[in-house]
Amino acid sequence: MNTFFQLFVSGLATGSIYALAAIGFTLLWQASQTINFAQGEFIMLPAFFVLAGTQFLGLSFPVAMAIAVVLSLLLLGLGFKRIIIDPLLPHGVLPIVIATIALGILMKEGVKQFYTAEALPFPALFSDRTLNVLGAAISVQDIAVLLIALGAVALLQLFLNGTKIGRCMQATAQNPNVAEILGVPVRRMILYTFLINAGLAFLASVLISPIYLAKFSNGETLGLIAFIAAIVGGFNQIRGALAGGLLLGVIDNLSAAYVSASYRSAVPLILLIIIILVRPQGLLGKAEGRTV
Amino acid sequence: MTKRALASIAIAMALSAGLPNISWADTIKIANVIELSGAGATVGSNWRDALKLAFEEINAAGGILGEQVEVTDYDTQTDPTTSRAMVQKAIDDGAYVIMGPIYSGSVKVNMMVAQQNGVPQLTGAEAPFITDMGNPYIFRTSFGAQQSMPKLVKYLTEEMKVKSVAVAWVNDDFGKGGRDSFVAELEKNGIAVNADVSSEVGQADFAADVIKLKSSNADAIFAYLHEEESARLLKEIRKQGVTQPIFGETTLMNQKVVDLAGEAVNGVRGHVGLSANAPIPGIEEFAKKFEAKYSYKPDHNAIKAYMGAYVVKYVTTKNGKADRQAFADALHGLTITPADEPGILMETSWDDKGEVNRESFLVEVKDGKQTVVSTLPKL
Repeated sequence: MNTFFQLFVSGLATGSIYALAAIGFTLLWQASQTINFAQGEFIMLPAFFVLAGTQFLGLSFPVAMAIAVVLSLLLLGLGFKRIIIDPLLPHGVLPIVIATIALGILMKEGVKQFYTAEALPFPALFSDRTLNVLGAAISVQDIAVLLIALGAVALLQLFLNGTKIGRCMQATAQNPNVAEILGVPVRRMILYTFLINAGLAFLASVLISPIYLAKFSNGETLGLIAFIAAIVGGFNQIRGALAGGLLLGVIDNLSAAYVSASYRSAVPLILLIIIILVRPQGLLGKAEGRTV
Repeated sequence: MTKRALASIAIAMALSAGLPNISWADTIKIANVIELSGAGATVGSNWRDALKLAFEEINAAGGILGEQVEVTDYDTQTDPTTSRAMVQKAIDDGAYVIMGPIYSGSVKVNMMVAQQNGVPQLTGAEAPFITDMGNPYIFRTSFGAQQSMPKLVKYLTEEMKVKSVAVAWVNDDFGKGGRDSFVAELEKNGIAVNADVSSEVGQADFAADVIKLKSSNADAIFAYLHEEESARLLKEIRKQGVTQPIFGETTLMNQKVVDLAGEAVNGVRGHVGLSANAPIPGIEEFAKKFEAKYSYKPDHNAIKAYMGAYVVKYVTTKNGKADRQAFADALHGLTITPADEPGILMETSWDDKGEVNRESFLVEVKDGKQTVVSTLPKL
């Protein structure tokens, strides 16, 4: 039972990071019908911003983190929207999908070429002590990661539901034409969504890099799992992406321990197939009608 | 076309067909087929840098037989299929000797290409099968797992009094070969295997693996993974507050693991074939030169590559010609001492299968530094 509890908590911690990336998928889809297949690389890159600040510019870790946040918002939020999404949006979803796949490759190979192909250590944000909870040894790092990620999601929900800007963003997501008629600055609301996605990617990056190490290829698995989590949970619901991320984190840990480590990476894909067959809108998603 | 022209072409073709065994006129071409990206980039970078250092020294001292050495890097991307293509490309480019790769899975598929073309290959691979395939052109630069595991198990039984072990290994040719050799040796010595946990190359999350190792209640944990995965495993082991002693073979105590895992690697013990901290004058001098040039500490892969470069120099000079077949013939059954060639760093022998034999070390990581506990004699 202790082993199960440890696996469960550890899975929730990893799953909460998947959830941050999955929420990014749903936000961009809701705001601008954008599917960002470079989302994994968006999580990989901010850690290298931090490391570049400490290693090449000699900055202290907190200062490097602050600069990395700004860089993430500028490049992965504003730059991504202005340079890639805005010109391609009128041409539909498919060109955006292809462009973001290309962007992901460019980011990955860019880090490999101009920074390093090797893994680098990333400073741990929390103590490596363990706590005894109901007889099971639970790491402080796991609990902190889980609380921060869930806290970020709670703040996001509060912002979207409790502020005027948040409600304008929701109106933009539901029907941009009507929102515009009602005086909502739609373009600015979409920009805010991209900035929030960049912020979530930064947070996921600094939470996961101390555990996975910073490496150019980190985005490959993270992007795929986050995408599956978003579909499993419901691509059009933030709470769905959260549930999908947590579920995948826990299932990944349990399957590695009780089924087979060799097949653990297949489990999310099996889950994805089942969801598509049984409940295509996702666990907590809403079915969307499409006009022909 | 005249008969004379046709005859000239035929003679030219006949001559070029015999190219592999002729001596090189201008430069001696060495192909460095190595992991420069992908999961093996860490070990490949060490190997490449040391090889470059060695051949720069050799060229500065007049080269080999008066010829300069030209080293070309071929990136395997840690992918067996790519490595095979790179070996073929290296041979097409006229390589005299192939250095690398390190990953056993890559060597398994590319060594046959080198063998078919009669090109000697000095590999950093450690899986036991490499030297059991009857290839007269393959030579190790480090111990095969079947040689190092008996030394480690002897230490576990006689000095650590271990009765049960939980084994963590990476599921590729390197990990499987090492795991099989280790478990066979445990069985011979009556030590129980309480948990047998495999992981994948490039695996990032080790939470479930560590929980399985921890809950096995074994006296000790043995980990046999590549460097990056070793670092992630050790960080997770510390994160979960595991108290069992941790042992490994070479990679677990590697300098790169120390750099990546930080404090999590302190207290880890095991056997290493080569160590930059070994109390061997030649190795100490090499480590200083390497660190001065590249600003990081060399690992065992760097030492392997450095020694390998000087093996090429010594054997070619001994033969008096850069001839592939003569090189392979001469290295079988050869012993090179630092008195013969200082660049060999420590006395090393090769048997008729290309297996290497030299002294080795028991080490413990203390305060982020590999410390040699004792030196073990040649087998």
